[in-house]
Amino acid sequence: MKRRDFLKGALAGGALLASGSPAQARPNKTMPPEAVGLLYDSTLCIGCKACVAACKEANGMPPEFSTAEQYWDTPLDISGKTLNVIKMYKAGSGEIKDSEKNGYAFMKVSCLHCVDPSCVSACPVSAMTKDPVNGIVSYDKGACIGCRYCVAACPFGVPRFQYDRPFPQITKCQLCVHRMKEGKYAACAEVCPTGSTLFGKVSDLHAEAKRRLALKPGEDTEFPRGNLNTHDQSSFPAKAAKYLPQIYGDKEVGGTQMLKLSAVPFEKLGMPTLPERSYAATSETMQHTLYGGLVLPLVFLGGLTYIAKRNVKDDDENE
Amino acid sequence: MSATHKHPALTPLGGPLVTPVTVTLAILAATAFVILGIRFVFGIGSVTNVNDGYTWGIWVVYDVMVGSAFACGGYTMALLVYIFNKGEYHPMVRPALLASLFGYTLAGASVIFDLGRYWNTWHIFWPGYAQVNSVMFEVAVCITAYIIVMWIEFSPAFLEKFGLKDIKKKLSKVLFLIIALGVLLPSMHQSSLGSLLVVYGYQIHPLWQTLMLPVLYLMTAVLMGFAIVIFEACLSSSGFRRPLELHLLTKLSRLMTGLLAVYLVVRLGDLAVRGALGFMFEPGVEGLMFWVEMGLFAAPLVLLANPASRLNPARLFISAFCLLLAGFLLRINSYLVGYETGAGWHYFPSVPEIMVSVGMIALEILGYIVLVRYLPILPREEKI
Ligand code: SF4
Ligand code: SF4
Ligand code: SF4
Repeated sequence: MKRRDFLKGALAGGALLASGSPAQARPNKTMPPEAVGLLYDSTLCIGCKACVAACKEANGMPPEFSTAEQYWDTPLDISGKTLNVIKMYKAGSGEIKDSEKNGYAFMKVSCLHCVDPSCVSACPVSAMTKDPVNGIVSYDKGACIGCRYCVAACPFGVPRFQYDRPFPQITKCQLCVHRMKEGKYAACAEVCPTGSTLFGKVSDLHAEAKRRLALKPGEDTEFPRGNLNTHDQSSFPAKAAKYLPQIYGDKEVGGTQMLKLSAVPFEKLGMPTLPERSYAATSETMQHTLYGGLVLPLVFLGGLTYIAKRNVKDDDENE
Repeated sequence: MSATHKHPALTPLGGPLVTPVTVTLAILAATAFVILGIRFVFGIGSVTNVNDGYTWGIWVVYDVMVGSAFACGGYTMALLVYIFNKGEYHPMVRPALLASLFGYTLAGASVIFDLGRYWNTWHIFWPGYAQVNSVMFEVAVCITAYIIVMWIEFSPAFLEKFGLKDIKKKLSKVLFLIIALGVLLPSMHQSSLGSLLVVYGYQIHPLWQTLMLPVLYLMTAVLMGFAIVIFEACLSSSGFRRPLELHLLTKLSRLMTGLLAVYLVVRLGDLAVRGALGFMFEPGVEGLMFWVEMGLFAAPLVLLANPASRLNPARLFISAFCLLLAGFLLRINSYLVGYETGAGWHYFPSVPEIMVSVGMIALEILGYIVLVRYLPILPREEKI
């Protein structure tokens, strides 16, 4: 009889964890106090790929070829050799910049430095970590076991792996954190001629993004270049584009430290439409409900031990 | 396992070790190791088709996810015999456990082939590196612990062989704890193999992405445990020319179909609650594969609906086979067919990649054959 009661209890426990009561739910993580990041404005991007070249150099990554004559670096996507690319959207005649129809537009593909990153939640050995102060998500090859759970888990497909090497690594943009020690900032932002890729504190980048969204299309304005906080470069005068009223990265999976503006729907530019709740929070809520403090497993083990002991004894008595 | 007692005594089968079957199995296993040699020199991409869009191929999804579920016979039988006190299945425990031991040990070992930075594997168990919020961490620790527990659970067979009666006696005193762990640990990691997918979010098709994944994976692991016991009993009775324990298999199949019916209710109920039922009618490979998966789950219910049909070894065998395929497809579907991380990615395993998985299966069967001939695993039967 007792065993039945226990099993009933265990089932109730199972139902509880399947539902995941909201009281225990782990909320999304919040933006670190000194979070830094990038603002990428697709409407300012001219597709020169200076950032792609600068990123390669700053991170010591090898060239990658996609043409028959292997003269220069021509990556088509981020990979084990490339941390940053500019992709192009083209529709119809492809003549009008920033137009969804018969137009073209650019999109920067690199790590978004999520506020609540899936890669960090997924990694079993703390090789992916998020800095508690500046929020940069970085990778430690010394810790990594190469399981590639981060590669599969990232909602933006950012971490990549070196399949062609006996001693491979995961590769991803780490916001040039190694340059910061030398007092420099993201190489891609430093070389961007139009300020399309802009480095700075996320709060300031956010304010700048809002300013741009408030501009009237065609209005003359100045776009800061390089580092928004130090104003190390002169600004770029241009006319405001017809922005979509959305800052991509503001809400997506709990926010990212890379913000994006565009005139063409983000979905068309390869940026998925995502919920506000981070997948890391959903997954960890589930895990904590099941394994928090090891309470459920221990209760379970206690019950199983009790039952097994009795049944093994029964067995012995039959001897 | 302490008690062989009133049950028929377990005894080595004896017989030749070098036969056409064992030689073929050995060649397949050796081929796998040659391919793995290439992998360790030239990288994972040199022998597999995995890529950044499908970074986990069959070495993970088949060898680990499916392989360990196929190895759940020992778990299911221990659950029946020691927790639900169904003593009559006792003779089936040790053979099932042996198959599980091999299945799990190989699943655990083959993970290493797929780890890019395998020399760091120990980090998972090291405080400072271990990241407890990761589902992968839970899976890795739990599977490792279970493999150790199974070797201990199985050690009486070795101890008998080598006549170490004292150790065996001591071990049997704490065996109940080992048995309890042997039920708890697979419950944890088999469910977590489903939980791994939750963090993938939208990348998994709604027919498979649900917070019920741990429950679905756990239930199907137990079901596959039933199925593999029936499947292996049929195969080994014909392979070793032993009489089939039909009365036990018939009873077992009744439990199996009962649980299967519950599973289907849970599975469809979950789809209904999430409002995802409609996706199965959408044209495309996902919808199609869903129907195949569900068809295979439903087949045993139809095949074994009539109590008389449960006395038919062929029907039992086919039902078990369908269920194994169904569990296989649930895992392949949720990890590969229903997974999409962006446009333009494709994956189908390469021939060398498949040969490695085949080689692992061959090694497993080979080990099983050698051990049942050499160690007391199967109940003593009158030789025919
Ligand atoms: S974009 Fe991907 S890799 Fe970058 S922080 Fe987010 S989850 Fe991690
Ligand atoms: S591949 Fe490395 S960084 Fe990525 S999840 Fe695995 S251990 Fe962590
Ligand atoms: S921040 Fe550095 S690593 Fe990241 S994309 Fe820009 S240049 Fe490359």
